[in-house]
Amino acid sequence: MKIHEYQGKELLKKFGVAVPRGIACFSVDEAIKAAESLGGKVWVVKAQIHAGGRGKGGGVKVAKSIDEVRTYASQILGMQLVTHQTGSIGQKVRRLLIEEGADIKHEYYVAALTDRATQKVAMMGSSEGGMDIETVAHNTPEKIIKVFVDPAVGLTDTQATQLATGIGVPTGSVAQAVDTLKKLYTCYMETDASLAEINPLILEGNGGIRALDAKFNFDSNALFRHPEIVAYRDLEEEDPDELEASKYDLAYISLDGNIGCLVNGAGLAMATMDTIKLFGAEPANFLDVGGGATTEKVTEAFKIMLKNPKVKGILVNIFGGIMKCDTIAEGVVAAAKVTKLSVPLVVRMKGTNEDLGKKILRDSGLPIIAADSMADAATKIVAALK
Amino acid sequence: MSILINKNSRVITQGITGKTGQFHTEKCQEYANGKECFVAGVNPKKAGESIFGIPIYASVKEAKAETGAMVSVIYVPPAGAAEAIWEACEADLDLAICITEGIPVRDMLIVRNKMKAKEAAGGKKTLLLGPNCPGLITPEEIKIGIMPGHIHRKGRIGVVSRSGTLTYEAVGQLTEIGLGQSTAVGIGGDPINGLKHIDIMKAFNDDPDTDAVIMIGEIGGSDEAEAAMWCKDNMKKPIVGFIAGVTAPAGKRMGHAGALISGGADTADAKLEIMEACGFTVTRNPSEMAKLLKGLL
Repeated sequence: MKIHEYQGKELLKKFGVAVPRGIACFSVDEAIKAAESLGGKVWVVKAQIHAGGRGKGGGVKVAKSIDEVRTYASQILGMQLVTHQTGSIGQKVRRLLIEEGADIKHEYYVAALTDRATQKVAMMGSSEGGMDIETVAHNTPEKIIKVFVDPAVGLTDTQATQLATGIGVPTGSVAQAVDTLKKLYTCYMETDASLAEINPLILEGNGGIRALDAKFNFDSNALFRHPEIVAYRDLEEEDPDELEASKYDLAYISLDGNIGCLVNGAGLAMATMDTIKLFGAEPANFLDVGGGATTEKVTEAFKIMLKNPKVKGILVNIFGGIMKCDTIAEGVVAAAKVTKLSVPLVVRMKGTNEDLGKKILRDSGLPIIAADSMADAATKIVAALK
Repeated sequence: MSILINKNSRVITQGITGKTGQFHTEKCQEYANGKECFVAGVNPKKAGESIFGIPIYASVKEAKAETGAMVSVIYVPPAGAAEAIWEACEADLDLAICITEGIPVRDMLIVRNKMKAKEAAGGKKTLLLGPNCPGLITPEEIKIGIMPGHIHRKGRIGVVSRSGTLTYEAVGQLTEIGLGQSTAVGIGGDPINGLKHIDIMKAFNDDPDTDAVIMIGEIGGSDEAEAAMWCKDNMKKPIVGFIAGVTAPAGKRMGHAGALISGGADTADAKLEIMEACGFTVTRNPSEMAKLLKGLL
């Protein structure tokens, strides 16, 4: 689960990391009031969406007067902000962060994340803050410093100092950088984050260290013990179809192709998508119905797939284990009837009660095309589209 | 023979009294020698009782002491599952199989590091399979986990996969063309887990009753690449490889920094390329895994 920058900064502040003073706003009037109450002569007007690359897309502006705050706030609020992470349609800006200006002497990158290979927490940093970390990794990988933390021990002073000096923090500011890194680590662990990234972390003119941005991602498996994080969830930032699917415990991701697919199991779902592509078409979605697919779940899955106007055919691929093929077959028949299905439907079923399932499909009177293997199913759905 | 488990394995079920634990324990009991193999359950609140004729003990330690069982299977709900893994490890079992899906990553990080610290201090190594896995099966001997037993046949092909249903797919194809399996292992889809592809490949390599292996992977992480590199120099048996997720959109599931630290070798194409370079017979068509393997025998 992702959160907004201003929420991330609230979290960092709670754990003692220095952040600029700032106020989240939902309207231009609020933005002006926020700037006035912050005081000073320079403010930053920042679009709050769940995607990175906001500055390049025109979502971050420095205002040198209250009039400029008004102008920029009016421009940014409501705009479709397009960044390299949003896709070409962009994301509508509904929230702003108004912040005091910062005195930037240098920009660093620091982040905490879980490293699957070492099974430790990786704390990484780079002297090249403010840039996309992928670009740094691609062009100058030697500029990325990593230390691996055993959760039983925590981030040691030695490791934090190694990281701080490794990214070039000047001697006089190392102690504060070490303190910031340790607080970032604590915040990462205690909130069950899967990514906590500060880009940039700045060195100020007076030698201070401050987090100018905050990007968090949280482990969805751990949300049950973090109501304070769940409260940050902004449903307007999420894909409405994926959100609808999650209500029925369906894992759904929309893609660009025209063949909807409904599969049990994530691995088999990906394999089915790959097979569709191999046989000359493109999948319209990833959809894992999981282990306990009821008629209701299958019907909802059909509705979600069919909402996508690009879908010209549906492929169902079920390997019945615990879930029986006849249960799924009843679900498919009911779903086809409820949705008045008008596109070709190919069903491939294997495993428990396979024959019973196939009989239910045959006896339904619906024009369902049966297939024996994934390859056979893909061939038939591609042929049916022509 | 087989790897990791056989008809002589004795198994403790942690979380035997929950809905999932009950359902699958009954199915496992019904499969082959299950009645003899599943000898103990654990639930501190129900110690002294029994379920399906299986006695329930207060702890894994006690269950092991009373029955001699050295393997456990865990169905404990996510919030307590990592603790259950640690209990199996503290009891010095040989193998713990964690079926539970949805364990917080932090809990797995902590328990994995505790397990490694115990080993480093000279303690007994308990192997962990999973979490978030279907378990494993040695056909016609013993099934530990949630896979449908009836699709399997005894034989000489090893299967290893991260995904449950894709394991069943491979097994189903093998059985259909008359090739049985020595052991089929689901290592699970979680980022922080126990046994990896490389560990299972080593075991299949050493097993005199496994002739060839189907290795199935998916996008994310570098485990398949590491296994492939090991196989290149050591594996004496033919391997068919498949990686799911050629069409998976990049960055949809992982934060970009996660993809970064795994070094760019985690796309399906990159993994297939490495596996092919390491001598695997790879395919992009998951419907022909078994057929390809038959051609290698």
